[in-house]
Amino acid sequence: MSLFRDQGVVLRTYRLGEADRIVVLVTEHHGKVRAVAKGVRRTASKFGARLEPLSHVALLLWQGRSELDIINQAEVIDHFKTIREDLDRVTKGFSLLEVADQLAQERHADKRLYDMLVGALRALSNVERDPLLVAPAFFMKCLVLEGAGPVLDVCASCGEPESAVELVAFDLTEGGALCRRCRRGRPISPEALALVRKILGGSLAEVLANPPPACAEEVAALATDAMEVHLDRRLRSVRSVAGL
Amino acid sequence: MYTPPLRALIDELGRLPGIGPKSAQRIAFHLLKVPIEDALRLSDAIVSVKERTTLCARCFNVAEGGELCDVCADDRREATTLCVVEDPRDIVAVERTQQFRGRYHALQGALNPLEGIGPEQLRIKELLVRIEEEGITEVILCTNPNLEGEATAMYLARLLNPFGVTVTRIASGLPVGGDLEYADELTLGRALEGRRLVEP
Repeated sequence: MSLFRDQGVVLRTYRLGEADRIVVLVTEHHGKVRAVAKGVRRTASKFGARLEPLSHVALLLWQGRSELDIINQAEVIDHFKTIREDLDRVTKGFSLLEVADQLAQERHADKRLYDMLVGALRALSNVERDPLLVAPAFFMKCLVLEGAGPVLDVCASCGEPESAVELVAFDLTEGGALCRRCRRGRPISPEALALVRKILGGSLAEVLANPPPACAEEVAALATDAMEVHLDRRLRSVRSVAGL
Repeated sequence: MYTPPLRALIDELGRLPGIGPKSAQRIAFHLLKVPIEDALRLSDAIVSVKERTTLCARCFNVAEGGELCDVCADDRREATTLCVVEDPRDIVAVERTQQFRGRYHALQGALNPLEGIGPEQLRIKELLVRIEEEGITEVILCTNPNLEGEATAMYLARLLNPFGVTVTRIASGLPVGGDLEYADELTLGRALEGRRLVEP
């Protein structure tokens, strides 16, 4: 039983009792944390809007005997106002939160996942840049972090290098690009393949700084499907708002 | 430990929101002690609310017996202003202000992508039908000022744009009797954005 400090991003909240909420956060040093914010639903609450999903906050938490911690204090580091005020960006923000929620383990710190989520939210909040590729790039990077990154330089089935064969298809269960002889799954354009390589090969900042190329939608669909195969569940946040 | 009827009562009470096993036991023993008329009044109230209460066919507020709710049935309400809320409980909250004389539309929830609630799960189609049928001129988006409510409001604003109606969003800011020192940045920022001229 002790007080501890940490920083985290609020992933989702549930109503609890009359005026409380359970807040689920992914934190820098304690992994996924579920904590109670007492009285947060009252208009005069000291927390106010600080513990809304998407908020990046510095917290003082009390870890008691129960599974749920208690939030003592919360300060905002960034509330990503520009994401909240744009329907397109906010729906993409939801999908980042959903994937982070699925991948983060309770009480098991994963600094890289945390850093990537904060980085993705910062990229998404930059109004001068197109938000289309932020979530797909985050999904792809998460897959690599999970050890399920796509095979891109050789045929994922026969192992022939790209210099010897043309990679023309992408199979989600095989987890990578396939040559003409082994082709299964969906076709993939050379441009899309190059874009995925750029995203995963350290040129993400450059990709996000430029307007999305024509194959961006193809990569976005691929990243979403690949993440769904990895998680073995549908991404509700992507599917339920597909028509917005 | 308990007789079967008492066990059944404790189990049923324990299913209610916010009532744990201990509270359920306390209420059950309280009901054992009260006169039979009091207990019947409670059971009758539960039965009649389930039998006689439906959702209003027009605005999805709670209504009695498959008819229009009190607000929709009242001819003195302004027919051209529509206040869109998430839940019938929000209608009660707005009514308490005594500042609104128009009609309502309860969406029965808010967009919540994390729970898989999209536009199809809400009464949005019905709202669009009402705009034309009832000659609505102003729609007030009165969803909760949280992430889901804001997303719903932005979505509706986009959807209502082609109808040529005035679409307004309720203001958000500091609660009356509040304290600036404790206000969070988001709320205080909104309060500043929404400041208005003071008449001398």
